[in-house]
Amino acid sequence: MFSFIAKRVGQSVLVLLITGLVAFSMFTFVGDPIDNMLGQERTMEDVERLRQQLGLDKPFVVQYVRFLEQAVQGNFGISYRQGRPVAEILLERAPATLELAAVSSIFAIVLGIGLGVFTAIRRDGVAAHVIMSASLIGVSLPTFLIGILLIYVFSVELGWFPSFGRGETVDIGGWSTGFLTVTGLKALVLPSITLGLYQMTLIMRLVRSEMLEVMRQDYIRFAKARGLSNRVINFRHALKNTMVPVITVIGLQLGSIIAFAIITETVFQWPGVGLLFINAIQFVDIPVMAAYLMLISVMFVAINLLVDILYAFIDPRLRGAA
Amino acid sequence: MTKFTGLLALAALMSTTSLASAETLRWARAGDALTLDPHAQNEGPSHTIRHQMYEPLIIRDTTGAFEPALATEWAPSESDPNIWVFKLREGVTFHGGEAFTAEDVVFSFERAKTENSDMKELINSIVEVRAVDDFTVELVTDGPNPILPSNLTNLFILDKGWAEANNTANVQDFEGGEITYATTNANGTGPYKLQSREPDVKTVMVRNDDYWGRDQFPMEVSEIIYTPIQNPATRIAAMLSGEINFLQDMPVQDLERVGNADGLVVKKAPQNRVIFFGMNQGAADLEADNIDGANPLADARVRKAMSMAINRDAIQQVVMRGQSEPAGMIAPPFVNGWTAEMDAESSTDMAQAKALLAEAGYGDGFSIRLDCPNDRYINDEAICQAAVGMLGQVGITVNLDAKPKAQHFPLITEGKTDFYMLGWGVPTYDSEYIFNFLVHGRESDIGTWNGTGFDNDEIDAKIKSLASNTDLDSRNADIAAIWRVVQDETLYIPIHHQVLNWGMAEGVGIDVDPEDQPKVKYFTMK
Repeated sequence: MFSFIAKRVGQSVLVLLITGLVAFSMFTFVGDPIDNMLGQERTMEDVERLRQQLGLDKPFVVQYVRFLEQAVQGNFGISYRQGRPVAEILLERAPATLELAAVSSIFAIVLGIGLGVFTAIRRDGVAAHVIMSASLIGVSLPTFLIGILLIYVFSVELGWFPSFGRGETVDIGGWSTGFLTVTGLKALVLPSITLGLYQMTLIMRLVRSEMLEVMRQDYIRFAKARGLSNRVINFRHALKNTMVPVITVIGLQLGSIIAFAIITETVFQWPGVGLLFINAIQFVDIPVMAAYLMLISVMFVAINLLVDILYAFIDPRLRGAA
Repeated sequence: MTKFTGLLALAALMSTTSLASAETLRWARAGDALTLDPHAQNEGPSHTIRHQMYEPLIIRDTTGAFEPALATEWAPSESDPNIWVFKLREGVTFHGGEAFTAEDVVFSFERAKTENSDMKELINSIVEVRAVDDFTVELVTDGPNPILPSNLTNLFILDKGWAEANNTANVQDFEGGEITYATTNANGTGPYKLQSREPDVKTVMVRNDDYWGRDQFPMEVSEIIYTPIQNPATRIAAMLSGEINFLQDMPVQDLERVGNADGLVVKKAPQNRVIFFGMNQGAADLEADNIDGANPLADARVRKAMSMAINRDAIQQVVMRGQSEPAGMIAPPFVNGWTAEMDAESSTDMAQAKALLAEAGYGDGFSIRLDCPNDRYINDEAICQAAVGMLGQVGITVNLDAKPKAQHFPLITEGKTDFYMLGWGVPTYDSEYIFNFLVHGRESDIGTWNGTGFDNDEIDAKIKSLASNTDLDSRNADIAAIWRVVQDETLYIPIHHQVLNWGMAEGVGIDVDPEDQPKVKYFTMK
């Protein structure tokens, strides 16, 4: 077991290193940060001086090694755009993204499972058909369009929710939260729906098909024959057995909720790490881009590593195969 | 960022919401100030925020004319043409209560001249700053400098004692990642005081009731909440839903919608920015064309024909939806040296353009690559697409290569493009600024944005002499002469002057200023 885990961790580190290398080789194509950093009045000497100072005159492999050396010491460099340490900026922005991700995950899970069960039980009802058709919209419409649509209906026309920002936030020990104010909670509604809609429809469709599968099993028929109530059959026996694949998908989707918050955050001017990343690309803020990409890949690699290890625990055959 | 504990923040929240909302300016635009340090970044949105809290000696009002700020009078010294004398305003205090004196001006200028300052190029002619008495300052230049005041309108004054006490006597080393007290705090003499700031999220300012001009200016806004909103659709939605009442950086396609909405107004004015194409006439052969061993752009007739092929009215109506002024020269109106006659010189004449091309030996046309930004100017890529079609009509096949600004601009400064789009604003309101960057032959510290390869020693000498010519009539004659050459050579193909649009709620009263720098002290609120 130990050698299996060691092997998997080693592979994960390799994946991370390669991701970083690919990212750094791409940065040269994003543009020249110097142009954004100095005003139009700058001279050629200014440009050269700054290029050397930032080490941008070196090949990207050298820049990457230097980044790694500093990153392992917890130093992610200085943002070109804001002139502040990247680690500090990321920490400051993380609460906004994590709160948004948490609320949209809860929205996706609760509604996804609820509607999934409903459409499975009432599979021939009118309401179930309407929900199933509507869920196609959730899967097929791009996130930014959903966001703009929601803003148009609920902010511009109805005026119920704000169209941008986090509202008022309260700072508790360095964690700025929007959960404690009315404006903060209101501001969470539209972006959470936008971000979670795809995951919700995905979970819903998965729960429905799993549930339909389970309902055909012998033990459900036996339970019916025993005269158990529908509630007990549906929720204690059927739902429990549908949850195994659903939980796996939810776990994997959580990572993508955080990673793909970029678009939702841009549409709603949500001050999280995704918006920071978009700003960084436009400004060619290499330290911020590098740190963000590394963090996201660490997160995905960690989730996959965890899933692999869990599977190995559950299924001993995998240990030998690896 | 001020760190509040939960209770304090709630208290602060309640106190801000209790203010009359009619006097709160909820202001949004695309970007945020990069830093509050007055001298660390020479950039539009940063200066705009600073203008509310700090003041220079002189500012420009909404028409672009000089207006006294911390200086009340200024004139060149009668005894020495190398000296400008500034009389300072008396009885002014900084937000922290410190008195404003000549010592602060000397300190601020010396600070702005240091290595880390981004403002140093604008005042590099100043060799010494002297305090004659508490309210008189002399600026000594390395030669007569008739237009020095135009370079001072974004040069902010901070308090010497405050800066030294908070270890910000030196300019923040922005590129080196230094953060100082002045990055996120401000102590100026301006009409608004900083209350809180979260970079890229929100900046709150409140009225300074001790401001020297409290009775002189409307100053009807009691609180400013400034929020950068990046996505254009979200900016417009925030304005339509009433969450903000003042908006800069309006997308052209939504102007009509905002203008037609109840209670919203769009005001426009010509912006201090002209859009044009540059052509590399200097190279012996071009890389981006299909003609070997010759440079078609070296022939003035070809450049003229290309300019004639551009239908500026069509670009104005179709691409810009009326939000531009067709241009005939690459100087914005209100810049010294601009004339209505020269600005009307560009004409569209396909037949003559074809004749000129045939005369130059390119009757069958040629092909060339046009480099264009896609995130810098209003509808930049669409303008280039239109130009591709228009040039195609006279036989010039143009391949468009549109890129983000971070990739486009290095092509120009590094001389890697033969045909490109560029926009230019003139902060000094004088033609010399345009000539220095766009007409003078390229050297390491002058002509840095001249990608045309144009290099004429006679013109260069004339441009250099402008800096110290104190005889304004002869100086203006030289400026006109240089413009004549630029026009006759068709050094650039002018397209249009951008038009600036500000959206506001009906009660908000302000005129659009050509520098896109709203100064809230001029705002009225009904």
